[in-house]
Amino acid sequence: MGTLFRRITIAVPYVWLLVLFLLPFLIVLRISVSEPVIAIPPYAPQFDLSDGLQGWSEKFSQLSLANYQWLFSDPLYTNAYLSSVRVAIISTFITLLIGFPLAYGMARAPERLRPIFLMLVILPFWTSFLIRVYAWIGILKPEGLLNQFLMWLGVINEPLQILNTDNALYIGIVYSYLPFMVLPIYSTLEKMDYSLVEAAQDLGCTQLGAFWKVTARLALPGIIAGSFLVFIPAIGEFVIPDLLGGTETLMIGKTLWSEFFNNRDWPVASAVAIILLFILVVPIVLFQNAQARSVEKSQ
Amino acid sequence: MKSLGSIRRSFAPWQEADSKPYISFKNVTKKFGDFVAVDNLNLDIYEREFYSLLGPSGCGKTTLLRMLAGFEQPTAGDIFLDGVSLKGVPPHKRPVNMMFQSYALFPHMNVADNVAFGLKQAGMSKSEIGQRVDAMLKLVKLEEFERRKPHQLSGGQRQRVALARSVATRPKLLLLDEPLGALDKKLREETQFELMDLQQELGLTFMIVTHDQEEAMTMSDRIAVMDRGMVVQTGTPAEIYEAPNTRYVAEFIGSINAFEGLVTKSADGKISLKGTDGFAMQVDAPPGSSYSKDQQAWFAVRPEKLKVSRKKPATKINAVRGEIWDLGYLGDMTIFHVKLPSSLVVRASMLNAQRTVEDPISIDDDVWLSFASDAGVLLER
Repeated sequence: MGTLFRRITIAVPYVWLLVLFLLPFLIVLRISVSEPVIAIPPYAPQFDLSDGLQGWSEKFSQLSLANYQWLFSDPLYTNAYLSSVRVAIISTFITLLIGFPLAYGMARAPERLRPIFLMLVILPFWTSFLIRVYAWIGILKPEGLLNQFLMWLGVINEPLQILNTDNALYIGIVYSYLPFMVLPIYSTLEKMDYSLVEAAQDLGCTQLGAFWKVTARLALPGIIAGSFLVFIPAIGEFVIPDLLGGTETLMIGKTLWSEFFNNRDWPVASAVAIILLFILVVPIVLFQNAQARSVEKSQ
Repeated sequence: MKSLGSIRRSFAPWQEADSKPYISFKNVTKKFGDFVAVDNLNLDIYEREFYSLLGPSGCGKTTLLRMLAGFEQPTAGDIFLDGVSLKGVPPHKRPVNMMFQSYALFPHMNVADNVAFGLKQAGMSKSEIGQRVDAMLKLVKLEEFERRKPHQLSGGQRQRVALARSVATRPKLLLLDEPLGALDKKLREETQFELMDLQQELGLTFMIVTHDQEEAMTMSDRIAVMDRGMVVQTGTPAEIYEAPNTRYVAEFIGSINAFEGLVTKSADGKISLKGTDGFAMQVDAPPGSSYSKDQQAWFAVRPEKLKVSRKKPATKINAVRGEIWDLGYLGDMTIFHVKLPSSLVVRASMLNAQRTVEDPISIDDDVWLSFASDAGVLLER
């Protein structure tokens, strides 16, 4: 009875992963090696149980990597990937620059204020993501709040074109993903014993030195976790570049969308998605390996 | 009065007229908002002294230490180290190291790197650092653990790493905040003597904060007993124990019985009192004291200075009848709780070598308690 219960408990997450991750992945993988056709669904071949073994092997031979070749031959896709990675890296960096001081301030705040700050960080999640991004249009557009404010201050004479540029894209991504950076860093800093910083100063570190050698170093797991939590969704982001970015803004999420909905080319869209997945999986695996090795070393 | 010197016979710089204090707190006050943590405090500590700040939690002793390390600034007054004001000197520029109560070992560094931390900051060469780290780890007997991370060590080992790290840079003054607080009793006793040896060997000045009177008594050259931000008494452990200046100090250091009374006569170095507990007292007047008639006073007597006997003493003065209320056998001695007719319970102790000789006293026995006129000290408050 006990073993059975234990097995079921272990099985639940596996079944969950199988049904909600592996199965959809296999379907996408299978579509990515198909050919686009004008039909419903718009790809071929279609496997059918009535085909028999003979029919299956014949259809199997029709599968090809042509979509992948196509992706690499057209610079549009390569550029979209590279530009997505660049946007994600820059956004992650800006998010870290803003998020770390925020998290540090929260962690060093009086204990009774911390839940309030935490609440304020989480509060935006209570509104739909889409509505929040729409709200930025109202702020950033030429006659929007930001331009009005800057003109009232006298900093500028005529409205700046912020909306539909890369700047708007960065503002949108940094704003949307800031909590994902703040929360993990906050949780590492909040646990930290502040007497470590005092000990470092006591042993001859300046305040800045103690910050680097102790605070920043001990916050590293939080910084890494936060960076991944921002980087991964940012690279495939679709809504923000679509709503805030310009026509020049090239991101793989947008490319994927137009392949899928405008061109109805499901196989190419699937191939784009598979490559994106590999772009994300490689750094994650590398990171986890490095992490595991450093843990081993310390033991 | 008897001379109650330091545990180290020849070491008593505070008694020499020409010796200058190494650390001086001059009218130091520290406030946190409305709360006065340290109240107009003056204190002198001499070089190579083992100095304890003793007091209950919240008495300001840790604040005092943190001001010396540079983590807190005095609200008023000034602290001098070797005659130089420490005002505005940041922690990293003070020749003072601190051993934290939590040990504050860097969790991401191994033992050797923790010990080397201060040396690297001081800009020592790599080979010098290596030698010094080895020497320090040898000193605290942790040579085999240099590659371990702090979380892989026991509490006692961590304490020793913290100690090695704080003395590695050869500070002039080492501050120790409850250094033995996290250790169990047996380890604590061993470590007390290790700390004393280390202090002698390195010739450092130690300033230690503790709430454990036994710890302070064992290790210190001098003790400052603190209460609510003020120093109540400073002196050698023997002075504090034998001649406390208030009941607060007397009660804080070991156990004591305070017999209350009203002064009836004061003459020839003797003071007579009418005891509240139903017996007359005549005790030695403390030097330099002046008691007037009908003044309230307490005669404080340590348990071991009370004589417990079945026989009625020859004189009625300084003697009272009581009943053995409780009895505790501690191996080397026995503790009696004796209930007086006034229902005051008095604590007395007797070495078992004496007690068991003939007709041992046991529970519910009627006994006589008596003490000599110099067995304790008369206190005004």
